[in-house]
Amino acid sequence: MDPASLARWQFGITTVYHFFFVPVTISLSLIVAVLQTAHYRTGQDKFRRLTDFFGKLFLINFAMGVVTGIVQEFQFGMNWSEYSRMVGDIFGAPLAFEALLAFFLESTFLGMWIFGRDRLPRGVHLASIWLASIGTVLSSLFILAANSFMQHPVGFTYNAARGRAEMTDFWAVLTNPVALTTIPHTLTAAYMVGGAFVMGVAGWHLLRIARTSGARNRSELAGEQAEEASAYAWATKFGAWVLIGAGALVMFSGDLQGKVMTDVQPMKMAAAEAIWETETPAAFSLFTIGTLDGSKEVFSIKVPGVTSFLATGSFTGTVQGINPLREKYDAQFTQMIRQRYGDEVASAMTYTPAVPVTYWTFRLMIGLGMVGVAVGILVLVLLRKGNLPPARRAGWFWLALMIATPLLPLFANSFGWIFTEMGRQPWIVFGLMPTASAVSPGVPAAQVLTTMVGFTLIYGVLAVIEVRLMLRAIRKGITGPVPALAEGEADEAPLSFAY
Amino acid sequence: MDTVLPIVWFLLIAVLWTGFFVLEGFDFGVGMLMPFLAKDDRERRVLINTIGPVWDGNEVWLLTAGGATFAAFPEWYASLFSGLYLPLFLVLLALILRGVSFEYRHQRGEAAWKRGWDTCIIGASYVAALVFGIAFANFVRGLPMDATHTVHQTAGSFFGLFTPFALLGGVTFVALFLTHGAAFIALKTGGPIRERARTYASRTGLVAVVGLAGFLGWMNLAFSGLARGTAGASPALSLWPAAILAVLGALLLWVMNSRGKEGWAFVGGVVAILAMLVNIFAAMFPNVIPSTLDPAYGLTVFQAASTPYTLTIMTVAAGVMTPIVLAYQAWTYWVFRKRLSVKDIPVGESADETSVVASPRPASS
Repeated sequence: MDPASLARWQFGITTVYHFFFVPVTISLSLIVAVLQTAHYRTGQDKFRRLTDFFGKLFLINFAMGVVTGIVQEFQFGMNWSEYSRMVGDIFGAPLAFEALLAFFLESTFLGMWIFGRDRLPRGVHLASIWLASIGTVLSSLFILAANSFMQHPVGFTYNAARGRAEMTDFWAVLTNPVALTTIPHTLTAAYMVGGAFVMGVAGWHLLRIARTSGARNRSELAGEQAEEASAYAWATKFGAWVLIGAGALVMFSGDLQGKVMTDVQPMKMAAAEAIWETETPAAFSLFTIGTLDGSKEVFSIKVPGVTSFLATGSFTGTVQGINPLREKYDAQFTQMIRQRYGDEVASAMTYTPAVPVTYWTFRLMIGLGMVGVAVGILVLVLLRKGNLPPARRAGWFWLALMIATPLLPLFANSFGWIFTEMGRQPWIVFGLMPTASAVSPGVPAAQVLTTMVGFTLIYGVLAVIEVRLMLRAIRKGITGPVPALAEGEADEAPLSFAY
Repeated sequence: MDTVLPIVWFLLIAVLWTGFFVLEGFDFGVGMLMPFLAKDDRERRVLINTIGPVWDGNEVWLLTAGGATFAAFPEWYASLFSGLYLPLFLVLLALILRGVSFEYRHQRGEAAWKRGWDTCIIGASYVAALVFGIAFANFVRGLPMDATHTVHQTAGSFFGLFTPFALLGGVTFVALFLTHGAAFIALKTGGPIRERARTYASRTGLVAVVGLAGFLGWMNLAFSGLARGTAGASPALSLWPAAILAVLGALLLWVMNSRGKEGWAFVGGVVAILAMLVNIFAAMFPNVIPSTLDPAYGLTVFQAASTPYTLTIMTVAAGVMTPIVLAYQAWTYWVFRKRLSVKDIPVGESADETSVVASPRPASS
């Protein structure tokens, strides 16, 4: 394979992998902060036990997010040096801001939170988890502004003498319309993951309690079992509400995002729907089997007018097709590409993303998200009036739901990213730079392959370890009450948290 | 402004790297010293916990240095990171393994599990320190960079990095971080570990002093812009004061450690690392990457810089944020200033048994 394809695969593998940990980190840091605040204000023991439990799961996950994030930052220079030269003046600034404003905040205050329990006043300790959580959000603001520049470059001019893009308006880069719709969509999608995770983990424990006790309702339980069940039931319902609430916001923000996308990246919308010729109105196909290049449809289930609505806000709106857009882009860009990047790149430009990939990832993103929300509603219905999960007859069904639900929004997040990044191809920065020209010219394929295999192997091994640690911690469940230390004792006693 | 801002940012990036090596220097040192200073698991835990609350924040200095280089000097970032492709890969692997090891080591009680992660911490700390030393020596010595500022990675280019000069750089970094780490441990622990750390530092300290003198001397005589007569390398930028200060810092580290003045020994380590980085960055100037193919191909600070617009925005952000970051990071060190010893480490209990929320303290007992 050529260095460009290998560099793309490497970016895809390391980014999708990194992004398994990002939504969990963003959402669990907030959920843990909320749980700890509930404990701070009410003093109820169940909130402390839930904070500890989900705090531990959060930390296992956080470690992986941090170390895989370093690879992300260095990769631009290592594999995509021409890209870095071209847009560093613009793209570098949000990355530097991310490190300066977000990473320091996150890592420093998370360190305070982990180790500072007996060293800090309770209020300061609580503030440290909130600051860490705010850090994760700040981080996503900057990184999404940087990514949005790649989707829809704004606030810059092309300097022909230097052969690079130069920033003219930083505020425009930060308030890119793509960023303004992508930020709420990505953040709320992340909170769906956290909600589903909390619901799944706590719901699994509820099933365990229902099975071991044989009870059908929490009122039949007593003692420690009743306390555990009360904590898990609260967390299951809380998780479900977060999942449903975030899901509604995801739909709303995704709808706005679709309209902005149609505006600035009509090819991506056309590819999402595999609409080859311009349609008025355009139908939404739930499911299509076609030839691989998508030019021929074999079988399709369609809902009339829906794509028009998604794209334009009207059921009778016009949606541009791939073929006319391709001709338009050819006329608009080929000459510029020939001048800046040479004949070879210009003649290889097809302007069409991989349609089967965009078509199916778009559907998987929406479909998995919707199923997740539906499960959240179902769980709330089943748990009403203190009910426990139906352990005797439908226990397997509940078990399957609790295992599958956290994965649904997680994979929906991944498919969403694969869609948005693949839908941008063959551009690395739309209308400015083709992906093929962005790769590091001095790095031979063998070295890109070496690092790709290296990262994949170490990521694979760490994934197995991480999942097993998570499952072990989940099985262990919430821990019992810890005796409080008397004044002055904290300084002499062993550390309450030590590595 | 067109020449001032690039120089300001060159200085800021030197500051970020210096901050990274001053801070992560001792936490690499702690990792490297684990097999020598700790006799059992609880002692290893004491060592790890001396840096437990801070290592992640220390590492952010590296991320910020990377991000700032990308934003302020895109050409430098592009040429450097693609030009040192495989060494950077080694650093990344080391940092990945080291980072997860700290977090995962205490998750299970089995001895084999802990030993495995300990090996990762130790190995990764050595690899990172050594590769950073070799890389920084090559930054000054130059890379085989052509007129388009592309460094071509051929089959031999990776092994071409291991010149005697670069290896001396690697050894110097390792020795200096080992001693700096030992001084930090002596400052942060009590009991037998503190004594062992001091004994150990008095041995590696001498290696650090000699290595630093040899490395910086060789660099200033053979590879600095001044020594090579690079256009724009001002004689006003004399490098010897920095070199002498670095060696004096290492001497202070060594001597004060053997006299039991731990605070001064640590200050000596800070001065040595700080002055060494000042010397390294000053020796490169006005290049950010000299070329070994033809001095004319060297990439200068001014060629590599972003536009004044971008640099101005970044300067404002750095001006506002840096004091805040320094303040809260300093506060972290203050909060965790207490010396640790084995009595602080819970017996036979891994961290997962404990609770994370502040236990409510009764107003009076």
